Amino acid sequence: MKPTDINDPEYFHKVVDCQYACPAHTPVPEYIRLIAQERYTEAYMVNWDSNVFPGILGRTCDRPCEPACRRGRVDEEPVAICRLKRVAADNKNKDDVKSLMPKGPFKPNGKKVALIGAGPASLTVARDLAPIGYEIHLYDEQKLGGGFMRSQIPSFRLPEEVLNDEVNYILDLGIHAQFNHYVSSLKEVLDKGYDAVFIGSGAPKGRDLNVPGREEGKANIHLGINWLSSVAFEHIDKIGKKVIVLGGGNTAMDCCRTARRLGGDEVKVCVRSPFSEMKASPWEKEDAIHEDIPILDNHVPIEFVIKDGKLAGMMFDKVHATYDDKGKRKLVSTGEPPVFIEADDVLIAIGQENSFPWIERDLGLEFDEWGMPKVDETTFASTHPKVFFGGDAAFGPKNVITAVAHGHQGAVSIDLACQGKNLMDRLDPMVNLHSMKMGIHEWAYDSPVTIDDRFIVPIADKKKALSDRKLEVELGFDKLTGFKEAQRCLNCDVQTVFTEDKCIECDACVDICPTMCITFTENEESEEVLRQKLTVPANELTQDLYVSAELKTKRVMVKDENVCLHCGLCAERCPTSAWDMQKFLYNVTKTHTGCTA
Amino acid sequence: MTYIKPKFRHPDLQKNKLGYTIDYYEGSLSTLCAGCGHDSISGAIIRACFEANIEPHKVAKMSGIGCSSKTPAYFLSNSHGFNSVHGRMPSVATGANMANRDLIYFGVSGDGDTASIGMGQFVHVIRRNLNMVYLVMNNGCYGLTKGQDSATADCGSKNKSGNINLYEGIDLVSLGLELGAGFVAQSFSGDKGQLVPLIKAAMAHPGFALINVVSPCVTFNNNVGSTKSYDYIREHIEATSTFDFVPEMTEIKTDYSEGETKQIAMHDGSLIQLNKLTKDWDPTNRSSAMNAMLNAKENNEFLTGLIYINPESLETHELIQTSKTPLNQLSQSTLCPGNMALAEINADLR
Repeated sequence: MKPTDINDPEYFHKVVDCQYACPAHTPVPEYIRLIAQERYTEAYMVNWDSNVFPGILGRTCDRPCEPACRRGRVDEEPVAICRLKRVAADNKNKDDVKSLMPKGPFKPNGKKVALIGAGPASLTVARDLAPIGYEIHLYDEQKLGGGFMRSQIPSFRLPEEVLNDEVNYILDLGIHAQFNHYVSSLKEVLDKGYDAVFIGSGAPKGRDLNVPGREEGKANIHLGINWLSSVAFEHIDKIGKKVIVLGGGNTAMDCCRTARRLGGDEVKVCVRSPFSEMKASPWEKEDAIHEDIPILDNHVPIEFVIKDGKLAGMMFDKVHATYDDKGKRKLVSTGEPPVFIEADDVLIAIGQENSFPWIERDLGLEFDEWGMPKVDETTFASTHPKVFFGGDAAFGPKNVITAVAHGHQGAVSIDLACQGKNLMDRLDPMVNLHSMKMGIHEWAYDSPVTIDDRFIVPIADKKKALSDRKLEVELGFDKLTGFKEAQRCLNCDVQTVFTEDKCIECDACVDICPTMCITFTENEESEEVLRQKLTVPANELTQDLYVSAELKTKRVMVKDENVCLHCGLCAERCPTSAWDMQKFLYNVTKTHTGCTA
Repeated sequence: MTYIKPKFRHPDLQKNKLGYTIDYYEGSLSTLCAGCGHDSISGAIIRACFEANIEPHKVAKMSGIGCSSKTPAYFLSNSHGFNSVHGRMPSVATGANMANRDLIYFGVSGDGDTASIGMGQFVHVIRRNLNMVYLVMNNGCYGLTKGQDSATADCGSKNKSGNINLYEGIDLVSLGLELGAGFVAQSFSGDKGQLVPLIKAAMAHPGFALINVVSPCVTFNNNVGSTKSYDYIREHIEATSTFDFVPEMTEIKTDYSEGETKQIAMHDGSLIQLNKLTKDWDPTNRSSAMNAMLNAKENNEFLTGLIYINPESLETHELIQTSKTPLNQLSQSTLCPGNMALAEINADLR
């Protein structure tokens, strides 16, 4: 194989598994170290710069970083990254945080941008564009900002105060917010002479279930996302005693747990797929089960049962999953008689869809056959030169952190477009790589690897929690537990950097490496062959090999990045400093680096 | 201080026939200088014992004093060990071996511990053909006392302060051959591919097995002009053969050209398989082995690999015909049969 080009920022970026997996590429190990040092404000700002909503995400993020975490490959469970983010948010100094954020009034650059929808994507665009002089007009039909973060995520998972704080950090940048304002025509918005329009209107339409009885029972059948929104804005405050929630995603979990708090004593989740294939995050399923909500899997709805003109329950067909050669799933009836489940109310949470009834189809903005706008995956530009999309509105329902990532890139594109530049002229990421060596056995990071298991987050008393819709269930780590959990981080951003011409091939690194990552061997043409030649064959193909140039003995150094603990022992035992531990910082370039820290 | 070896190991580590992964053979974290050849040899010992399916509690690590003699702390934590007096390891090993012949005695020594203070003990343990592995971590200097030339430093070798060694160095391999050791090998700490099978074969050999391993001292003897530096050894290394140790009941797959290949059956049914690289050399012929050493010396070559083997050699217990049952397993009454038995022996001698 050819020598690895470590000057390519993406090589070491990929080694930082958590950051690489994060749609916004938040420098996770960087802020985890700050938490361990009790520098919560700085830790918060590292997050705020990158993902804009640390307090919100520290509670509600989908956490793509955690399944990617290297610790999960050597230990039983990954670092509780999401919960650590919350530690930073909970313990930050609010005044200090505010003073580190950009402060208006900003010198106007004469350009005006409209943002449709006040969810995470639009708010991110606002934060990135306002400090560099854009006049931002934000439109939303609700009375407060936050979008789905407010209407869909129940307060017992995300307290309003946290949400308000982080939405206000952005609104305070001098955003012209126009709430209670439903945009009914894109043409009207464009006619107002905006230099660019960003559409972050989400995926606001709940999918319905059209089986017999739907119409007759409609008084007691609700679309999950609309119902959650009505609860959030306090239009609804109760539900029947017996509730069926249809669906297996996170919205279904939020619906059933909310129902428990509004008077639902017997709440059941009925889902078509097997339990293990449900879309909901594992921890959300656990939380629902903890609140005495049975999840009945393999239940396919047949009909709503109506008695005396009123909803009485639902009939389900019990199925089991079969898979064809290609792994495609088919749900086949078990042939058992249909199951009747009583219900006073049914919540349908089987998915949501995009809906753009307010966009005229003659504006030069193209839609595809599924009614989705044609959006570029890099620039988030539509086929209309002034219109950009982001968040769920761009490619369908995803999550908050993805919306933030879209927002950053959308802002970059808007800034380029407003300057008349090519949208593909995007800047490279900000990268820094510097040695952590301070002396013999002294490194500027905590190199020892702790053996602690993942710490469990304390939760509120169940009885209390179920009686108060707004009482937050998860209590978060205290500072000490936060420190201990932070120490579980392997510091994957502290890279093992190898310098060929210093190596004397003494094998010291090979002998000391606890996970046998390093092999000195004759090079091979094919990566496949080389992978099998290593001391422990490198079978995790998603993880790269770090291959050196040829050494004196005509061999090469090959390091399998897979389970490197970043403990620094190779560098510690290297007599010539051919190995060094160097901290790699990677930051996605945005229009404005929010943090002045 | 942040010098702690993490507890996590690679999740895909293979198990040997005993069901152990290689980390079961590890020792404590080394406190030797970074890059010391000795650590590499410890690594080779760990791998050899793992691959040879040795039960760690069947090994006794024996050592004297010196950097080399510290290393038993850095491998086989689950084995027995005795860190003895400077140069006196052979006596302690002899005593232990007499008491329990069932263990594998793994002696680790250095050039000072062997060729200077321990020379008297070293030559006699060879003469007795004690069943043990005697591995010398040979760096040609006294690293623990800041790098003075040792008795194995080659004449003409330059030390770190620029002084040339005026005296002839003791060649432990030639000495071993001269004294009749049944297994003599030489290797280099930076060549685990060769060292690991050599150690496995040495452990399988019944009788005294000498492995002289040149192990550069990175701190005091890795300078230009030293004949025991990484660079010098790599430039002058010549292997007698490619070497493979084939444990019992294993099918031989390697296909060597005829005439070049030699298979040597070991006492326990295992095989040594060689593909000869050195001309006019027969590893089972002592004078041919001595010649090979002399030739190499004349040509400024550092000859490595198996140098000589006598698979038929008789170890101490066989020579003095002790009980097949280890003495430490015999009962008090068997070991001290009483006055009547003593009287009988005495009567025989009258």
